Amino acid sequence: MAGIAVSTTINGDAVEYLCQPDETLLDVLRDRLGLTGAKEGCGTGDCGACSVIVDDRLVCSCLVLGAEAEGRRVETIEGMAHGDTLHPLQQKFLEHAALQCGICTPGFLIAAKDLLAKNPDPTEEEIRFGLAGNLCRCTGYDKIVRAVQDAASVMRG
Amino acid sequence: MNFDPRLTNRSFSAVGTRPIRPDGIDKVTGRARYGADFNMAGQLVGRVLRSPHAHAVIRGIDTSKAEALPGVKAVITAADLPDLTGGDSALYDILDNCMARRKALYDGHAVAAVAAIDARTARQALKLISVDYEVLPHVTDVDEAFRHGAPLIDDAIFTEGLVEKPVKPSNVVKRTQFGHGDVHKGFGEADFIVERSFRTEQTHQGYIEPHACVASVSADGMAELWVCTQGPFVYRQHCAQLLGMEASKLRVTSSEIGGGFGGKTHVWAEPVALALSRKAGRPVKLVMTRDEVFRASGPTSATSIDVRIGARKDGTITAAEATLRYSCGPYAGGWAEVGAMTAFACYRLDNVRTVGFEVLVNRPKTAAYRAPSAPMAAFAVESSIDELAGKVGMDAVDFRIKNAAQEGTRASYGPVYGPIGIGPTLEAVKNHPHMQAPLKKNQGRGMACGFWFNFGGQTCVDLNIGMDGSVSLAVGTVDVGGSRASLSLVAAEELGIDYGQVKAIVADTSSLGYNDMTDGSRGTFSSSMATISAARNAILILRERAAQMWDIPADDVVWEKGHALARGEKYGNLSPLSLKEIAAQSGTTGGPIAGHSELVADGAGVSFATHICDIEVDPETGATRVLRYTVVQDAGKAVHPTYVEGQYQGGAAQGIGWALNEEYIYGKDGRLQNAGFLDYRIPVCSDLPMIDTQILEIPNPNHPYGVRGVGETSIVPPLAAIANAVSNAVGVRMTHIPMSPPRILAALEAGAGKHDA
Repeated sequence: MAGIAVSTTINGDAVEYLCQPDETLLDVLRDRLGLTGAKEGCGTGDCGACSVIVDDRLVCSCLVLGAEAEGRRVETIEGMAHGDTLHPLQQKFLEHAALQCGICTPGFLIAAKDLLAKNPDPTEEEIRFGLAGNLCRCTGYDKIVRAVQDAASVMRG
Repeated sequence: MNFDPRLTNRSFSAVGTRPIRPDGIDKVTGRARYGADFNMAGQLVGRVLRSPHAHAVIRGIDTSKAEALPGVKAVITAADLPDLTGGDSALYDILDNCMARRKALYDGHAVAAVAAIDARTARQALKLISVDYEVLPHVTDVDEAFRHGAPLIDDAIFTEGLVEKPVKPSNVVKRTQFGHGDVHKGFGEADFIVERSFRTEQTHQGYIEPHACVASVSADGMAELWVCTQGPFVYRQHCAQLLGMEASKLRVTSSEIGGGFGGKTHVWAEPVALALSRKAGRPVKLVMTRDEVFRASGPTSATSIDVRIGARKDGTITAAEATLRYSCGPYAGGWAEVGAMTAFACYRLDNVRTVGFEVLVNRPKTAAYRAPSAPMAAFAVESSIDELAGKVGMDAVDFRIKNAAQEGTRASYGPVYGPIGIGPTLEAVKNHPHMQAPLKKNQGRGMACGFWFNFGGQTCVDLNIGMDGSVSLAVGTVDVGGSRASLSLVAAEELGIDYGQVKAIVADTSSLGYNDMTDGSRGTFSSSMATISAARNAILILRERAAQMWDIPADDVVWEKGHALARGEKYGNLSPLSLKEIAAQSGTTGGPIAGHSELVADGAGVSFATHICDIEVDPETGATRVLRYTVVQDAGKAVHPTYVEGQYQGGAAQGIGWALNEEYIYGKDGRLQNAGFLDYRIPVCSDLPMIDTQILEIPNPNHPYGVRGVGETSIVPPLAAIANAVSNAVGVRMTHIPMSPPRILAALEAGAGKHDA
């Protein structure tokens, strides 16, 4: 089957790829581009482990087709840190031990980044509802919420 | 090795601090490689065909059309995994579960597998495989399966453990019994007796990472397996046995693991991937879908439990008994046995008896799930204890304190306890401000206790000191939640160096001796014991090397705070030698410096916790919200307190999901109705409050630092604590987990007539 040619921007870099019409953006990222930071926990948009940001919108990349990235800006976990400098959310996740197994962590970081971009000073309840699309089975979310609160405070300056 | 008998007044410098974990950066940047994040050149995609029937004879499988599809490189059935188990029935069950042989035993049971050049071709090939099934009557409910006349799952099963050997086969694999004293006499002395029956539904561990592996078998019989597992050495052993390989020819590398909770202690897809690779002559990557994870891996037992407890007016329990029926899936298991052992482990009882029945059902093979079997037994017992306290007219906490097990108590499952934490956790709860906080309308508070054995097991570590003085620690217990940080702390503590000077890794099976799995809360307990032993062995060498450098007897050299010191006034002019200085000279003083340890980590300290929770029930919808939650648990010694808290919080959250929402729902056709995270709903962030923790440290006398396992106990009390809270809120005793909105509404309606839910 002929592939679809896609030109897009991923983490600020121009990227071109061929993909099948039924291939998800998640599969393109992981299997074609080697960006395995986004994880497939369910493939049905229920766990948020594959979260990426497409044109400032938080999406489950398992529910987006690879072909739909044409002409858009995609942000993944691999683009979150600037060189050696971690994003404040990444730093606070480490300091608060907001991860145990870590499989959900990239999705949480992306979702939290999107949340703070839209709401720099969220209440605990707003954080909890803002991250309700991401499943974590290890932490009980307590330390994740605290890390996001702390990072938000740092980012507000 | 000298294990300190009791730890009093020992001060720690590294242990007890909260540094950032060594694998942290990779995990927040997406660099960490999990099961599905690894690829090999020429790799094929593996997919598994699964039975749509709960119970069916496989009369034949025609794979010819699939084999003829361009791009398909191998198709396998049970015929490609011949029975090499040599009469080992447990291993045979594992083999049969990996690939159904005579019968498909549950919806989702693997019957064939393919390896193809891409996922699309593999999926297409599965559709071309034709399986001729003869559908049989099935049974998925534990109580129905227990009854005479239920569809028989295995006609070779005759109940073990009965006084008279049964003449007919049944679904009851085994009866086990624990206890002591005279229960009949004890109930005769009781002024109050509570007698209740409880049910819990089947849940899944719910790890976010589906099972994934890459298998590569070479033409010369050498093989590699990359896999997310809690036990690479056990996976190696099982895979090698099932495929007829020598263990040393199969190198298993554990990836980062995206959650396990007991669910990644069993092989499912790995022998299949190896068999596919062997047949295709190419590496095969096999990743389960979420649907497959639910239908074919995990889950825990569904249970049906009867409890009877009696007490005198003064609050002394005079007798306790329980009958526990646990589902095992279609294969023999020891799940009810464990439930029967743990049921009354929190209490000091003169007369106690528990009886467990292992029951076969047409559901997936039951797997361990965090303190396996204990939460359900605790739900039944702790609910009954609460009710009995009410009848006696005592506060629920005081009643438990009065009857709590102590050092010297003979446990209901046999052994006599050493120093234990049940009393201290209860006292801490009694004094906790949470217990005094006001409650509003439709709100209720509950508390409950929990017990877990903890486990030690075979353990082995290598501690290598580089010429620059940095230390690499290779361990064989998979890190499921921060153990590389805690083990680095232990190595730093023992050597007297900085945490940052130690780098811990999880070694593959060809690089280290055998290690049992990371299960039984043993990771930090057992590998820290081995790390301490290895570090002490390395210190012996460091002292000898320092002695050489100084040209003095090694006996005159001591090790303190990361330095060799020459002991004695005659050496007054010798400056201490640091580990770095000794390491730098190692090439001329005898070669590389290392410490090794191989041991069986005996003496895992039993663990107790007491939880408190507040809930609010919406009387219109039956929905329950957790308002506040507190965990108090004995850690022995918290090596990295933040990760200990994390274990407490995570177990509580899983217990909350189990108590309120999670359950396998089977249709009349025996098929799983909710094999996805949308319909099998685990708690999300907005479902939960902050989970407060209090770490108690009652040292385990069998560990040099006093460490007990901390991973599992936290899931034991929540079912009961929440059930007690809901029961207190709605005024009706809740006896069926999960307490989903329909069940709570039914309870509210029944409560109007003072019936039980």
